This record gives sequence, C-alpha cells and structure tokens, in this order.
Amino acid sequence: MTNQNINVALIGNPNTGKTSVFNQLTGLNQQVGNYPGITVEKKIGFCKLPNNVKANILDLPGTYSLNASSIDENVVIELLLNKNDKLYPDVALVVTDVENLKRNLLLFTQIKDLEIPTILVINMADRMKFKGITLDIPYLEEHLKTKIALISSRKNFGIDELKKLIVSYKTISSEPCLNASSIDPEYFNSLRKAFSNQLLYKLWLVITQDVNFLNLERNEIRSSFTKSHSDLKRLQQKETIKRYQFINDVLKEGLKIDTTIAKDFRSKLDRVLTHKVWGYVIFFLILFVIFQSIFEWSKIPMDFIDGTFATLSTLAAEELPAGVLTNLISQGIIPGIGGILIFIPQIAFLFMFISILEESGYMSRVVFLMDKIMRKFGLSGKSVVPLISGTACAIPAIMATRNIENWKERLITILVTPFTTCSARLPVYAIIIALVIPDNRVFGFLNMQGMTLMLLYLLGFGMAIFSAYILNKILKIKGKTYFVVEMPNYKLPLFKNVGINVIEKTKAFIFGAGKIILAISIVLWFLASYGPGKKFNNAETIVTENTKQNPLSEAEFENAVASQKLENSYIGLMGKTIEPAISPLGYDWKIGIAIISSFAAREVFVGTLATIYSVGGSDNEVTIKNKMAAEINPVTGEKIFNFASGISLLLFYAFAMQCASTLAVTKKETNSWKWPAGQLIFMSGFAYVVALIAYQILK
Amino acid sequence: MQTTIHSLKKGEKAIIKDFDIDIVPLKLLEMGCLPGNMVELLQIAPFGDPLYLNINGSHVAIRVETAREIEVEILKNNL
Repeated sequence: MTNQNINVALIGNPNTGKTSVFNQLTGLNQQVGNYPGITVEKKIGFCKLPNNVKANILDLPGTYSLNASSIDENVVIELLLNKNDKLYPDVALVVTDVENLKRNLLLFTQIKDLEIPTILVINMADRMKFKGITLDIPYLEEHLKTKIALISSRKNFGIDELKKLIVSYKTISSEPCLNASSIDPEYFNSLRKAFSNQLLYKLWLVITQDVNFLNLERNEIRSSFTKSHSDLKRLQQKETIKRYQFINDVLKEGLKIDTTIAKDFRSKLDRVLTHKVWGYVIFFLILFVIFQSIFEWSKIPMDFIDGTFATLSTLAAEELPAGVLTNLISQGIIPGIGGILIFIPQIAFLFMFISILEESGYMSRVVFLMDKIMRKFGLSGKSVVPLISGTACAIPAIMATRNIENWKERLITILVTPFTTCSARLPVYAIIIALVIPDNRVFGFLNMQGMTLMLLYLLGFGMAIFSAYILNKILKIKGKTYFVVEMPNYKLPLFKNVGINVIEKTKAFIFGAGKIILAISIVLWFLASYGPGKKFNNAETIVTENTKQNPLSEAEFENAVASQKLENSYIGLMGKTIEPAISPLGYDWKIGIAIISSFAAREVFVGTLATIYSVGGSDNEVTIKNKMAAEINPVTGEKIFNFASGISLLLFYAFAMQCASTLAVTKKETNSWKWPAGQLIFMSGFAYVVALIAYQILK
Repeated sequence: MQTTIHSLKKGEKAIIKDFDIDIVPLKLLEMGCLPGNMVELLQIAPFGDPLYLNINGSHVAIRVETAREIEVEILKNNL
C-alpha cells in the first residue's frame, strides 16, 4: 500500500490556524483549484510522511459545524457524505485552538459521528502557559475516543508527531463519542429501521441540510420523515445542547484554566481599536498607509518591467530574422506578456496587506466598527471586507461576500463591489494620469498625480456606497436578518502564511487574466496587421501617389505607410465604425479599439494601445507612455491625450463594467443573469454619460 | 420589560435563560449561546450597535436586534 497516497482532510473552525497547519504539512507543495461548478477554492497539498507513506492533504473551507449555511460549508458536508469521492478522507484531522477548545469540539463530535478515523489537533499550544491552561491528554484521548496531537503551527512544534499519527491512522478509533440520537429516540429509531444500511447521522444531515447526496434518494427520506422547519430547528438546538453537555463534562476533568495567570492583552487592544474616535482614526490611517505604500513601492519594479519589455521587444525585432513571425513576437506577444507582468508588484502588495489584516484578526474589528454605518446604506459591516478586497480584484471580493448572512445585504454588496478601484484599472489610470496631469507638488508635499489617483479611489468607493443606498431603496427583499461575527484573538501574522497567500493569489491572477490578455494581444496583432481590400494591400502605392508633389524622407514614408495600413486593417475598420459613438467623449478610433478589446478585461486597454502603436507608430518612442504622448489628431493637430479626453477616459474606466469575469462571477453567486445584466447596463451607461459630460465641459 | 442581552451594561455578566428558537440563528447556538451559559458584554460599538460579547468563552459580535431576543438574568455581584 505504500505506493498509494492516503487522503487526509483538514477540518476546523475558522481562526484555528488550520491553514497554517496545512502550510506546515505541505510547504509549497500545493495546488489551488475550484470545486466543479462552484467557485469555492479547493486546496490540495502533498506531504511525505514517515515510513515512505505519502499523503494528499485536503484543506477544507473553515466551518463552525456540519449545519451548513453557505456553499463553502456545503463543500465540507458533501465530501464527508460521499464515500465514493476520490478525495474521501481515510483520516480526518480536526484542527482546534486550545483557547477555544470547548466551541471547537462541537464540530469534532459531529465529525466523529460520521465514523471516520479522526485525529484531534490542538493548535496554538504555545499559548497555554501564557493563558494558564493545562490539559490532561490521556483523559481527553480516552473520552473523546481519539488520538491528540498537541502542536503549534506558529512555533513549528508537534508537526513531526502529527505526521507519525497520520501514518498510523488505521489504529485510530472511528467510533462516535456520544449518542446524539437520544434527543428524540422514537424518531431516530424509525429512521434507523427504514434505512438500516445507512449511518444514522448521515441521514440526519441529509434531512436537515441542503446538500447533494448521491447514494440516497433525498426526497424519499424527506417525504417519509418530514418535520416542520421549526421542529427541525428545535431538534438541532437539542442536538447542540447535548453535544455541549458532553463536551463540558469531558473538559471539566481534562482542561484546567488558572485564571490568575491568564494575561488579558486582547481587551486592552480591543478598547483602542474599537474606540469611537481612535477606532476610526486608526482604520483610516491604515488604509492611507496601505494605498500610499502600494503606489510608492510598486513604482520602481513597474518601471523596470515596462522598460525591460520595451527593450526585449526592440531586441527581438533587431536580432530575429525579419518576417511575419518576428513581427508577431516583437509587436504582439512580448508587449502582451509585458502588459500582464506589469501588474505583479501592485497585486502582490495589495494581497499582502489584505492578508496581514485578516491574519492579525484586525479585519473582524473593522467589521464590528463599521456595521452600523454600513447598514444605513443597505450594506453590512461584513461588506467592508469585499469592498477593501475589491481594490485588488472584484472577483475574490465578490466571493468574499458569502459570509454575509442577509441576502439583501449580500446582493447589494455583490452589485456595488465592481465600482471599487480594482488593480486592473490601475495601469489605465497610471498611464493616463502620467500623460495629462502635471507632475507638480502642491504645498510642497502633495503630488498632483498621486492626489488624482487617490481621488479616483475615493470616487470608486463613493459610487459604491451611493449605489448601495439607491439599491437599498429600490430592492424589495425581505429576508431573515442576522449577523454573527467571531472576534478572533489578535495574532502576529505569520510570514509563511502571508507569503504563500500572496504567491497563490498573484499566480492565480496572472495565469487567469494572463491567458485572456495574451490571447487578445495576439488576435489584435493579426487584426491590426491584415486588412481587406486595396486600401490596405496597396498602402505603399497609395502613399506614393498622394505624396508625389513633395516626396517624403525614407522614415517619414514608412510611417505614412504604416498608419495607412493600420487605418485600413480589420481592427482599424472596427474602430472607425464605432468612432461616431465615442468622438463626443473625446476619443479617436484607436482608443475605440482599446475600449472594445478591453471589454473582456480593463487592463487590456494599455496592452492594446501598445500593440496598436507598435504596429502603426513611429519607432523612435520605445515605451508605451511616450508613444501615447506623441499621438496627434491629424485634423486639429492637438494631442489625442489632452486634459479633457484624459479626464473623460479616467471617468469612463472608473465606472464602466469592463470585466467579463466579474459578470460571470456575479452570475454564479446570484444564480441569475438578471443581476450581471443590470450591472453591465447601469455601470457602462452611467460611465458613458459621465465621460460625455466631463469632456464637453472641459474641452 | 424583560431583561435581555441588550439590557446589559459594559462589563456586566449574565446567565442566558431563554430565547425564541425561530429567531435566534443556529450559528449563534453553536457558538455557545444556550440556556444556562454565561454571557458578558465586552464592548459596545460606536453608535450603540453591534454588541461584542463573550458567550461561554466564544468572542462574538451580534446586532442589537438579535440581542433583544435573548432573555438573561444579570449576575449581581459580577463574579
């Protein structure tokens, strides 16, 4: 059996350091994917255990119990109910926090009822001394019918012992530790008689949960054993009480806390961080520092990446034998890849900060602090997390709304999150600001360009809040409103966890968005390099004819031919077609092409202009920015990217729904095309109107 | 008027007596909000809502509208 990997499932409440344990066991040997059909993250890692045993470690979403209230939690139940799943665990590790053992054991007793061999992992053992906690491990092992691994994923101890325990999983008891069916013996006895070959607790889960269960006809069970919603909930309450009674009895002997030793550091910090004045001041200071550092720190690596790809492109054009393939590489593929990689610094910093805020436990305090205010706009305190993560990318942000219990608050959060300034807007903003806003300082320290960027961020947030307010008035949805937030202990974020998170998220973004950007860049290059009809194919002759009177120098001639070709290429014709619609906004047909191509993803805008200007522009300007600055309107002789058209473009990108992936994720999360369609029409329509007004006033 | 978690002052402790099972979410029960368990009001958010509680060792925040549904008996000498 040594060549077959054993399946290990990591299960636990949120905030128990489950992911740290996962990282300790697997290192960077991880694969992050999605469960089929849903956007729940599926994390699998590989781990070498003693005696040449190998294990697949599955990190399941955090859950407080097996009573699921979100699709993330459903994943846990569906896997544990389905013995045929190829990831069905040979052994389950329930990760608990020694300071919250009582609550964490609730889930443990439920997992035990599924009769899977289960190891109890008690994490954060390094804090026991500090909190005056002592555990009687043999007593606990006996009464909980399990093996215990006392570990600290932070201090990295106990991991080797845990690995040894996993190897010996066959000797671990799979017996339940209490008899939960005693809450209603009559009901459970008849259930057992009707389905004698099934596990009783599984049946109970099928009755109470909204999950798929392959082996059983759910309707059959439900119709013969139905109970009213209220009766079921009463039984679930009884079950919870029963489990807690058992846990209390066990812990009375097995766990001792000497309260005279316990030091209370969290309440002091809480007092400051949730203070009615200091709480907000600190929160806004943190946000300010985050945004400032993202831009300050990313500047150098971004310029470096931009420059490098410009050089590479020139190099490829010079060194490779001339031909169509070389053109594709130097004008299509290299600028395309550069357009993706330039995002890395900002995305990595943003994910780093968000991950630090979450790891430290601070995010829950922000939720607590902001709930009342956010509710005025039809949002929840929990909407703060999506709105902040939205500054990285709306897609994970929309997925992060899942823990908002109230459907109306959640729906509004999903609908308005795309207004927040995501990292895909950044390159568009960065390049246009650099072109149209002077690089001056006001009062000696406020950089005008930086201020403009900050204003655009505030505009995004403001628009999100404003639309939420409107939606709250319009939408008539009644739903159960409740709100439960765990306030975890403060922790120093672990470098390893933050690092792995940043790498995973950045990788996912680069490869996800990167494929689209690269593909579009290549398609664009073809569309820009070929065209129908005489005007394209006979460009040289036409230019020669037109300039017979005063012949051009060789370089001027080549430029004229190139722009003649671009204008009559396939993409040029597309741009020309929509030009009437966008010229009132101050855009020419080249910008039109960029708007069309960036409908799938905003960041394509810059890459498109790069590709278009590489094909059609002069070769003197190397970087994209300089190429754009050199663009002149042939009719008026004015710069294409002037103050009025620049502001108009900034506003257009601030509001328009230029992101196909966001629409897709909204569809998935709301289960209807109605909502993403509404987003698209409202956001893009609004963007058009605002950009139009801005240009007409400023021009 | 009955005494509920909403009637607690900051730092006060109480024993949970009863609540309407159809209104209070199951998730809160799983956090330890069950009759007989102790609850302590740790912090009140600015503007008076939500409330930050220690329920049976779990630190959670809930809204006033939920807190109003949970009947308690205040512990006088604040053990």
